[in-house]
Amino acid sequence: MADVNRGNRPLSPHLTIYRPQLTSMTSILTRITGNALLVASLMIVWWVLAAALSPEYFAFADAVLTSFFGDLILLGSVWALWYHLLAGVRHLIWDNAMMLDIPTAEKLGWACVGGSFLLTALTVILV
Amino acid sequence: MISKLKYAFSHGSLSEAVHHAVLMKVSSVALLVLMPLFIFIVGPMIGRPHAEVVAFLGQPFPAIVVALTFVVGFKHFSDGVQVLLEDYVHGTARKISIMIMTGLSYAAMLIGLYAIVKIAF
Repeated sequence: MADVNRGNRPLSPHLTIYRPQLTSMTSILTRITGNALLVASLMIVWWVLAAALSPEYFAFADAVLTSFFGDLILLGSVWALWYHLLAGVRHLIWDNAMMLDIPTAEKLGWACVGGSFLLTALTVILV
Repeated sequence: MISKLKYAFSHGSLSEAVHHAVLMKVSSVALLVLMPLFIFIVGPMIGRPHAEVVAFLGQPFPAIVVALTFVVGFKHFSDGVQVLLEDYVHGTARKISIMIMTGLSYAAMLIGLYAIVKIAF
């Protein structure tokens, strides 16, 4: 099984020449949001730790979290969390070999995008 | 010398990767319950005064939600970021970055647990 054509075979399409699609973009966004959530997670751990240590230290952590940038990160992370959660549900559905045809998969993609903004708005109102 | 089949059965996707995928799936289902609880129970406490936060988080239910979210959440993160690094980072940098991120995840998990236990007791 010697491959005489090594190095000169057609390549499968990769990121730079593949047309962006809703399904691929929403999938990449799942990974980005999931990993970006580390920032807010560490902020929350720090906030709970500060509460456990002393009122003075808590005041500092509280000031950082409720500052403009703190609010911005938390708001962005709430959206990222809802998006990642909905996209995760989509993967749990796909894992059962359901709704994998392209029209349904694209509808699920829009549902993740729309649903994440809806749930973020709901969170801002309730929390 | 071992056959290729024997080699495949003790290495690669037939053991570790499936275990990894199952861990991801189980933790994601747990977080499906925990994260909405965390957002709507702990979320309103951000920005409140110290005494109120400590009194609230010290109650059994909020303390348990926080502890479970930290444990399951950081495990899920650790497993997820490992796949990210395996996809995009190669060679020694991959090994080192996976070690760092795994360590960071478990450190954050245990620091968070220490804090919530200290508040609750």
